[in-house]
This record gives sequence, structure tokens and C-alpha cells, in this order.
Amino acid sequence: MLTFFTTILLVAMFLTLIRFLKGPTLSDRVIAFDVMSIMSVSLLVILSLYFEQSFYLDIALVFGLIGFLGATIFGRYIEKGI
Amino acid sequence: MIYIGYIFIFLGAMAFTVSAIGLLRMPDIYTRLHVGTKSTTIGTILVIVGAMFIEPSWAFKLFLLAIFILITNPLSSSVIARASRKDKDGEQL
Repeated sequence: MLTFFTTILLVAMFLTLIRFLKGPTLSDRVIAFDVMSIMSVSLLVILSLYFEQSFYLDIALVFGLIGFLGATIFGRYIEKGI
Repeated sequence: MIYIGYIFIFLGAMAFTVSAIGLLRMPDIYTRLHVGTKSTTIGTILVIVGAMFIEPSWAFKLFLLAIFILITNPLSSSVIARASRKDKDGEQL
């Protein structure tokens, strides 16, 4: 059952990756990257249920933090340049 | 108890799929931002609630993760929206 949910999430991540590859402006790519990082957090939660080990949740927390920092820094870069 | 959790995780995965399809189909950057932020927030919250139903002993870490997602996700959406409004010419990369 959990492999079925993982398959659904991987299909959704693949559709987001298409938008990431062909998005016309830089902001579209940043949005697609943000959505993919949040999907990865959810995928890590499902993975921790699959392997029944709780340290995957710590990895999910750190991954969410890094994704948020990346999206914020790219937004800053779009707004003001380097 | 486990099957309630499976139902919640299935609803969350459906929200993610709807978000991905909308991200492909929407014409404008602001509608893409709308569909890419709100539905992923509700999808993550549903998956975390389902995991709480399946493994009740991990509830504190999952609650912390849900609070973290609930704070940072609208913040990054706001930053990207303001930046893409300031970016007038919309440089083609």
C-alpha cells in the first residue's frame, strides 16, 4: 500500500520536473523547485513509515529547511540581483 | 486505525497530483504560484496526519514538522510573488 502512495508521489514529482525543465521564466523554475522540495518532505515521511525508523523525520525537517532557504534566496536574487 | 491513516495519506497524494497537473496547465505565473503553494500545504498536512494515525508514538516529531511546513510555506510563496512582481521584463532564461 505504501509503495502505491510512493508511486503516485513520484508521478507528481515527474510532472513538476517537466514544468521545471520548460518553464519560461526564472520564477516558474523557482516555484517548481519549491513544490518539489515539499513533495520530497512528504516522500520522506512515507519512507519513514515504510522502513519503520524515525530518523527519516529528522532528515525531512532538515530538507524542508534547506528547500525554504533555497526558495527565499532565489526570490531575493530575482528581486534585487546579486 | 491503520486504514484511517492510509485514507489520509491517499488524500494527500491526490492533492499533490492535482497540484502537479495544475502546475502544468495554468497559464500565468500567479496562478501557478497559487496552485503550487496552497494545495501542497494541504497535501503535506494530510500526509503527516495519516502518519500520526499509523505510528502514534512519533506524534511529537510529526507535529513539529507540520508546524514548520505551515510556517515556512506561505512565507516562501510571498517572497517569490513579490520578487516576480518586481521583475518587470521577465527575463527569458
